[in-house]
Amino acid sequence: MVGKVFVTLKKEVLDPQGDTVRKSLHTLGYDQVEDVRVGKYIEVKLQGLTPEEARKKLEEMCSRLLANPVIEEYRLELLEDDAK
Amino acid sequence: MKFGVVVFPGSNCDADCYHVVDQVLGQPVEYIWHKDNSVKGFDALIIPGGFSYGDYLRTGAIARFSPIMQEVINFAEKGGLVIGICNGFQILLEAGLLPGAMLRNDSLQFRCRPVNLKVRTNNSPFTRLYQPGEVITLPIAHGEGNYFCDQETLNHLLEFDQIAFTYCDPAGQETPEANPNGSRANIAGILNRRRNVLGMMPHPERYSESLLGGEDGFRLFASMLQSFEGGI
Repeated sequence: MVGKVFVTLKKEVLDPQGDTVRKSLHTLGYDQVEDVRVGKYIEVKLQGLTPEEARKKLEEMCSRLLANPVIEEYRLELLEDDAK
Repeated sequence: MKFGVVVFPGSNCDADCYHVVDQVLGQPVEYIWHKDNSVKGFDALIIPGGFSYGDYLRTGAIARFSPIMQEVINFAEKGGLVIGICNGFQILLEAGLLPGAMLRNDSLQFRCRPVNLKVRTNNSPFTRLYQPGEVITLPIAHGEGNYFCDQETLNHLLEFDQIAFTYCDPAGQETPEANPNGSRANIAGILNRRRNVLGMMPHPERYSESLLGGEDGFRLFASMLQSFEGGI
């Protein structure tokens, strides 16, 4: 089983990196780009857990270590079949 | 007064802190390895700057779970003096000993130069030898020193006089131009509510001898000693 964790800065937190990427995309002519947020993608391989347990553990990992709740939020996806 | 300097893999200001306590302040000092699990016998702890665990995940995020950090937290909760400098400040934030979090500098650039700081309070064991409102110069060296907290936290910091240092111009004005990293309210250093924990991005240990360019940082260490000897 593989947990996919997406960590991004909260909406109310300025993302200078995303802002710089947005400006660069504008320079390339992509005027349609309204906003860019740069985040992190973390894959966590798990074993010996039911999907419910895995989700619960992942939530715990996110709040304790993988994301900082002061500035970040996260989204989880669980891939039960980890054969790519 | 016995100081402990906590060393993580990737700390790189530990020797500077050790030197200042040992040679300039003239007090006993020992290194404490991050895998140790006791801070017994120490009167103050310094969490030095550097790049603990290569800044992986987030600055300070991994160091925060080192065995020694639980001892640092217990020590602080009992009222022991703890100062986190630069990466040490980031670790104290991650550990929840101080409120808020660090973001990448708004310029996205690593900033390494002396800056003007305003001493916002001398009501603390770390700043008692400064004058309130005094402008001092200390060097900064960081890529992630953009202090962030929500409005409620900022209100608390202001209400309880927990802001120790702010970035300012030579006249002491906290202007946006004087802010090197985008920190909220120009914050460079904060205290906890109990005033026994200080986190700051500038490096007092690098400006504690005139030979190295400035000595405005020395009074911080001297303040700690005086507070200890005077029973805080």
